[in-house]
Amino acid sequence: MINGISLGAIFALIALGYTMVYGVLRFINFAHSDVFMVGAYAGYFIGQHVPEHTVWGGTLALVGSMAVCALLGILMERLAYRPLRGAPTLNVLITAIGMSLLLQNLGQYFFGATPRPYPELFPVANYAFGGLVVSSSQLAVIGVTAGLLVVLRFVVLKTKIGTAMRAVSLNPKAASLVGININVVISFTFGLGSALAAAGGVLYALNYPSIDPLMGVLPGLKAFVAAVLGGIGNIPGAALGGLLLGVVETFVNGSEWSTYKDAIAFAVLIVILLFRPAGLLGKSTVEKV
Amino acid sequence: MPRPHLALLAALLAASGVFALSDRIDPYYLDVLVGIGINIILAVSLNLVNGYTGQFSLGHAGFMSVGAYLSAAVTLFLGPQLLGAGGGTALAQNALFLAALVAGGLSAAFAGLLVGVPSLRLKGDYLALVTLGFGEIIRVLIQNFEPLGGALGLNGIPASTNIFWVLAGAALTVFTVTCLVRSTYGRGFLAVKDDEIAAEAVGLDTTRYKIVAFVVGAFFAGIAGGLYGHFKQTISPGGFDFNRSIEIVVMVILGGMGNTVGVVLAAILLTLLPEVLRPVAEYRMILYSFLLIVLMIARPQGLFNFRFDKSKS
Repeated sequence: MINGISLGAIFALIALGYTMVYGVLRFINFAHSDVFMVGAYAGYFIGQHVPEHTVWGGTLALVGSMAVCALLGILMERLAYRPLRGAPTLNVLITAIGMSLLLQNLGQYFFGATPRPYPELFPVANYAFGGLVVSSSQLAVIGVTAGLLVVLRFVVLKTKIGTAMRAVSLNPKAASLVGININVVISFTFGLGSALAAAGGVLYALNYPSIDPLMGVLPGLKAFVAAVLGGIGNIPGAALGGLLLGVVETFVNGSEWSTYKDAIAFAVLIVILLFRPAGLLGKSTVEKV
Repeated sequence: MPRPHLALLAALLAASGVFALSDRIDPYYLDVLVGIGINIILAVSLNLVNGYTGQFSLGHAGFMSVGAYLSAAVTLFLGPQLLGAGGGTALAQNALFLAALVAGGLSAAFAGLLVGVPSLRLKGDYLALVTLGFGEIIRVLIQNFEPLGGALGLNGIPASTNIFWVLAGAALTVFTVTCLVRSTYGRGFLAVKDDEIAAEAVGLDTTRYKIVAFVVGAFFAGIAGGLYGHFKQTISPGGFDFNRSIEIVVMVILGGMGNTVGVVLAAILLTLLPEVLRPVAEYRMILYSFLLIVLMIARPQGLFNFRFDKSKS
């Protein structure tokens, strides 16, 4: 269960990035899963320069990789997606896929295709809560995720840029009419989403300490499933979808059906979409002519 | 004879011509040509779903794998019993191969029906995701199904695919899709794509059209899978993953959605591109993905779509 929650927390972090970008731009950022990979690598390289097993060293690596990826996200949007603003969604989608392939292959070129062991950034210990054993990295995952969720909620609901974000996602044209600089908002959204993905990447690598340039593909796909599960474009929905998916997958992994675990995420998705086509927390809209 | 039929006849003749000359062609070029043919079948059949009917499917590789496995199973398990120990005559072998291909196509079409009926009620991104999900589920199921080799895949499939089969298959796919879309019935696909609500309002059964497009697309994907399996002689579930689907989708979009000629050209280009880039092997995939982004920014209407009407957008 704890395993499930910590895995789910990571899915939730990645799913948030998908869902925010979708909310603002209405397209699926396929390259998001590779930002997650870059985040893990950034954490890896920063981790070599900070002392291991210390809380502040780990925090530094985490924050550093989040900053790197926020930059990467903004850059990506600027170079690849902005020229396509207003183009059909499918074209943007293909660009995103191209971006994803580009990041994967650049990763393989620069980092090498062989998996690398991940350093233990945070102090390692196991705590027992009445028969329940929790490792420190799991605690870190859950703690960091909860913290980031609170921060995110604050940013989106209470700050000026958050309000602007919500305005853009409701109606971009109207938002720009009332004086919101859409480009800034979109860049900010990409930065924020990518930073969350980076945090997810570092935390994932702490729990499953082996990283390679293709590590992002499956978690990315599943996080995307999680975002859709919760109703894409919906922030609490993404968190809920992530947790749900993490728990379900961990339970399946522990059962005799473990070889089917990669299919389970999609099976859950299909079943839920059949009954609630707009996701768990999504509002279904009626198309008007 | 109408033009498409003539074109089909010409293509079939050309295919047998190339086959007759195949001894004199460098095997490497022949391999590339087979790859191109298979990709044309895949891209053109997906174009029926994504381009003409306007539904976004990301699960084409899944249907391809169904076809590949079933047709391989037919030649591997049923073949020896039907042909006897001697392997039968060349004619019998080819007949068996044809039967295997059709069986693969039909099974993929059936899978398409199973997937299509529940999921085509969804729209846009959700549909894309569900088809992607089904593709992955098919892959995992095959991975866990031991009689079909599990994760290791199926080996020792007879090398029945030759250049004639592939080119004929490609020609037949282009022919079928073109004729289907140009027929009275096929106008329905375009109507569904252009405006679903309006199509429904004039009495078209939109769900039915979507399912028909989906099933026909899956059928040809299955045929392509069968050809692929009998060409490589070994298939494994990993070869039909998400990236394969993406590759096919990229061909369709690059060619210009709903433009068969463009899609065929794109399939040729995208099969050749990795081969041309082979000398710079290390940078090959980097360049490939980079070109993809640049192409999308520079020619968003599709590389080979010259009938783009700027006033419409």
